Order: sequence, then C-alpha cells, then structure tokens
Amino acid sequence: MPLDPSYLEYPHRSYGMDHDLYDWSMLVSRKPVEWPNKARVALWVNVSVQYFPLNQKGQPFPPTGGMTTSYPDLRHYTLREYGNRVGIFRLLQAFDRYDIKPTFAINAQIAERYPYLVNKIVEREDEIIGHGWNMDTPHYGGMDRSEEAEIIVRSLDTLRKATGQPVQGWLSPSRSQSANTPELLLKNGVRYMCDWINDDMPYPFRTKAGEITAMPLSLELEDRFIMHANLHSEYEYADQIEDAFDFLDAEADEQGGRLLALSIHPWMLGQPHRIAQLERVLQYVSANETTWSASAGDILAAWQAAQD
Amino acid sequence: MKEDPGLFDYWPYDNRPKIEWPDGARVAFWVAPNIEFYELDPAVNPHRKAWPRPVPDISGYGTRDYGNRVGHMRMMRVLDRYGVRGSISLSTALCDHHPEIIELCKERGWEFFSHGIYNTRYTYGMDEAQERAMIEDAMETIEKHTGQKCSGYLAPALTHTDITMDLFAEAGGIYTCDLFHDDQPTPVHVRSGQKFISVPYSLEMNDTIVYAVNKIEPRRYGEMIKANFDRLYEEGKESGVVMCVPLHAYQVSHPHRLAAFEEALEYITGHSDVWVTTGREIAEYYLENYYDAAVADIASKAG
Repeated sequence: MPLDPSYLEYPHRSYGMDHDLYDWSMLVSRKPVEWPNKARVALWVNVSVQYFPLNQKGQPFPPTGGMTTSYPDLRHYTLREYGNRVGIFRLLQAFDRYDIKPTFAINAQIAERYPYLVNKIVEREDEIIGHGWNMDTPHYGGMDRSEEAEIIVRSLDTLRKATGQPVQGWLSPSRSQSANTPELLLKNGVRYMCDWINDDMPYPFRTKAGEITAMPLSLELEDRFIMHANLHSEYEYADQIEDAFDFLDAEADEQGGRLLALSIHPWMLGQPHRIAQLERVLQYVSANETTWSASAGDILAAWQAAQD
Repeated sequence: MKEDPGLFDYWPYDNRPKIEWPDGARVAFWVAPNIEFYELDPAVNPHRKAWPRPVPDISGYGTRDYGNRVGHMRMMRVLDRYGVRGSISLSTALCDHHPEIIELCKERGWEFFSHGIYNTRYTYGMDEAQERAMIEDAMETIEKHTGQKCSGYLAPALTHTDITMDLFAEAGGIYTCDLFHDDQPTPVHVRSGQKFISVPYSLEMNDTIVYAVNKIEPRRYGEMIKANFDRLYEEGKESGVVMCVPLHAYQVSHPHRLAAFEEALEYITGHSDVWVTTGREIAEYYLENYYDAAVADIASKAG
C-alpha cells in the first residue's frame, strides 16, 4: 500500500511561511534597534515561578520539569517546591547585588497558594507576567476553545487581583500553545507572549483579533534546558551564557541592539551549589557598561519605539 | 527486509590504493549546511510522526524557523571568513519559501544538493513511483532555481527505502551522503550498474547530533572537530581522506555556540595540506581518478 497521494501534494509551497501567523523576515534585513542610552545588549531575566501538582495528569503531554515516577512522586514535587520556599530568595539577593531588573512569570495558582511570595515580588516593583494556571494545565493543539478561554481569564484575573499589576505579558506552561492561544491572550489584555523561539528579537504576530508581539525568550539558553535536559554542569551553564553575551555584544556593534534573554528557575539555579554560577553570569554581563538590564515590558516598549 | 543493505562490500581501511587529492592535500574538507524547511502542519505519514506535541508544536517548529530567520546569515558570514563554500543539503521547497537565502548561496558559488522537498515529508511508506516522483521533483527544483544539476542526496530526515540509492542514481545523481561506514569515498552498488559513490558526510561531527542527541557543550564541540581533523590530517599523509562538518543554522548559529565552531574552522583552514572543497568536487574527482581502482581492489579482496 503506497502512501495516500496527498502526501506528495504541497499546498503551502509558495513564498513566505506555510501559515499566516507572522511574516517571513531575516533578522539581518530589519531596521537596527537602538536601546536607551545606546546600550548594545538588553538583558531580560525571566524567572518562572511554578507550581507542579503532585497528582499530575500529564495530558496530552507531561509538563516540562514535572513528575516522573509513580504517584506520589515526592522527590520531584519537593525539588520544585524547594524553588518556591528557598531558591527564589537566593535569586532575589543575586539580582539586588548586581542591580538586575528581573521579570517574573508566575503560575496563577502560586498567587492563591503563596500570597507571601507574590507580595514580596510585588513590593520589589518588578514586572509580573502570566504563566498559565499551573504546570499541569497546558495549552495545546486541539484543546477546547472555551475551556482554554476560561483558563486564561481565570489565570489573568487571579494574578491581576493579587498583584495590582496590569499583567500584559504571558509565558505558557511548557511553552505550549493551541492555535487559539495568541488570540485569546490578546482579547484578554495581553500585549506580548514569550512562547515562540524562532527569533532573537521581538516581532509582530498576527491573530484574528489583531497583532500581539512575540518576545524571544531563548530556550537554548534556559537554565533548565542546559543543566536539566542537556545535563551540562553549572560551570558550563555560565560559560555558555558568557559566550552568548560576548557574541551578541559584538553583533550589536554592527547590527544594532540585541537581546540576551535568560529564562531561569528558582528550583534550578536556586540550589546552593549553582547560585554562584548565576552570580558569576550576572556580574559578567552587568559589568559591561553597555548592558541595559530591564523588564520585558520596558524592552518591548523600547523595541516598539524603534520601529517607527 | 534484508539483513544487509547490499549497498557496499566489506573493504578494509588498510592497504587500499592511495588517494592523492589536488595539490597534495591530505584531507578533503567540506562543510554541509542543512538548509531546511519544516512544516507547521504537514501531511501525516503513518510510519513517523512529524512533531512530538499536537499541532501546532511551536517549540519544534520555532526551533527550525530560527535557523532561517536568524542563524543562516551568521553561519554564512563565518564560512565566508575562512573561504569555505557550503555544500547545501537543501529542503528544496525552501526555493519557493525563502528565495532570499537561495540567492545568497548562489552569489557565493555554493553547491546545492537534495535533502528532499520538506524535512517533514518522510520516504517511509512510499512506493517506487512516489519516491521517484519526490526525488525528481526535488532535483528539478534545484535546477530550476539555481541552474545547478543536483549531484548529491541526503534523504529527507534520513528516511529511506531499499531502493533510495537506485532511484537517485537513475535520476542522474552521483553521490550519497546517507552512509557513515567510511572516511574515504566508496563505490555504492545500484541496480542500474551506474557509477555511484558515497562521499563521507558525518553524524559524529553533525551539530544536531552533537548538541541535541549527544548533548555536547558548545566549546567541547569545537575541540571534537579539531581532534577529528588532527587524526585525519595525520592519516592523510598515507592516503587522502575526507572530513565533513554538517551544520544546521538552527543549532550552530546560536549566540552561545558559533564562536567555538568558528575557532575550529579557523584551525582547520589554517593548515596547508587541506583541500577546502564541496561534496560534488570530491565526488567528481574520485569518480574520475579512483573509482575504477577502488572497484578492482574491492574485487581482489572479496572472500
């Protein structure tokens, strides 16, 4: 039995992308971006504050960083909770020491469970963005639209009420979206999403309700990706971030402002043996006078201003 | 299914007829950028899923798209700096989707060879007519958009049938990149009896295998490339060998990876007895000068 004849038909084989979500565009052909004070590299540190339920359903796929053993997986449940109880406070100290302005992506259920922690972040006046309900509540292709809309509304409402912030950014759990996610986010007051990993700079993304901005939060440079998925050491993590910074700093000299986007997790880098390597990275990057550490929203605003 | 693919005979590395590359080079060195297009929602092949997550799998898709939007130009500048012409393993639909990239490669005299139409269309399950149609479509697309006659093949997503090599040779191809059994070119049996060879490509030096499968750190990749070269350069004194570094702009061109690769490329191209070349040039040179001797030597050592 050969394959169905449609397997040799290519309906989208024409100029540009094979969808209409965004335009085809090479980074080198875009207008150079100038950051405030002529900074070369904007540093965006995103801290994901996450709740992993013990009774994980894992449908249609298990959450990134979730439970792996038979129930009850106390080892992973508690390793993740370590981040919310202990690790995050080491991160906050490190940010203050090197004058870094982080952005926090928070599972809305964290606001219900740990108001102390969320208040602590609110008091710092750092930007808070949505991160879905919890890590076991994914957005995914084929999911019921009204169910997804309810999760987005509930997550944003909970987070806005708890923080008093407008919450205009979003990172989906496990970086997964349905075909409806960008439109539903935009309709609920979200201006930028951080799930797509196809660029090193922001770009406009089309939805039925209008344009939302895709903010490029690197997956390859994520602490969890390097140390948990690739099993590289914390020293090698720091090497890779420093190499990335040097590369972007040099590229910015020729091509305009660049963005170093560090996605980090209190349950990874907040461990006592790893925190020094985060400090090393923050020291290295912030020691450069042309680095601009800013919140995701401020970086987005500067990028938008440079588009006109 | 067969126990042995029947594509080549056992042919020990020692005591082979000596290969001499142009200008006395010991190593024929080529770089093969894979320039690929993955579809967001491809037609379904019952033998292999395109994406691990339900469509839209934005992580898998976005990872690859990064190579075309951001990575390609970074990689191209590095290759330019060391006088390396890429031999492109091309998802040929990219000629339609992203002609700007094709133009940049054409301007530099890079070679284009076939890597199928999309890297999300697998050969598994195709009958002979379907596979022939896919192979010919890809080769005609290369000729139409680049003016080059396609000489080489790396099957899309490394998916094959028992007759992949036969069909590609019959369509006019002269070399395959799909076999990893040697450090020198070797004759490959095809049913038509045409002269057809394997040019060593590499999975061990392939950035995707290195970073995404073997989880190697970027600086270590640079060291591996140098170690691989050093040994082949030494052995190449006796008889010419081939070294290939297959790349993907969505892997090597990330900001934390490119400098370590560049250092290795600078190291290799800084040696005097290296023939920095392309897959087609190696294949043509070998077919012209060594193919017949190789076939005779293999026959003399049979049994």
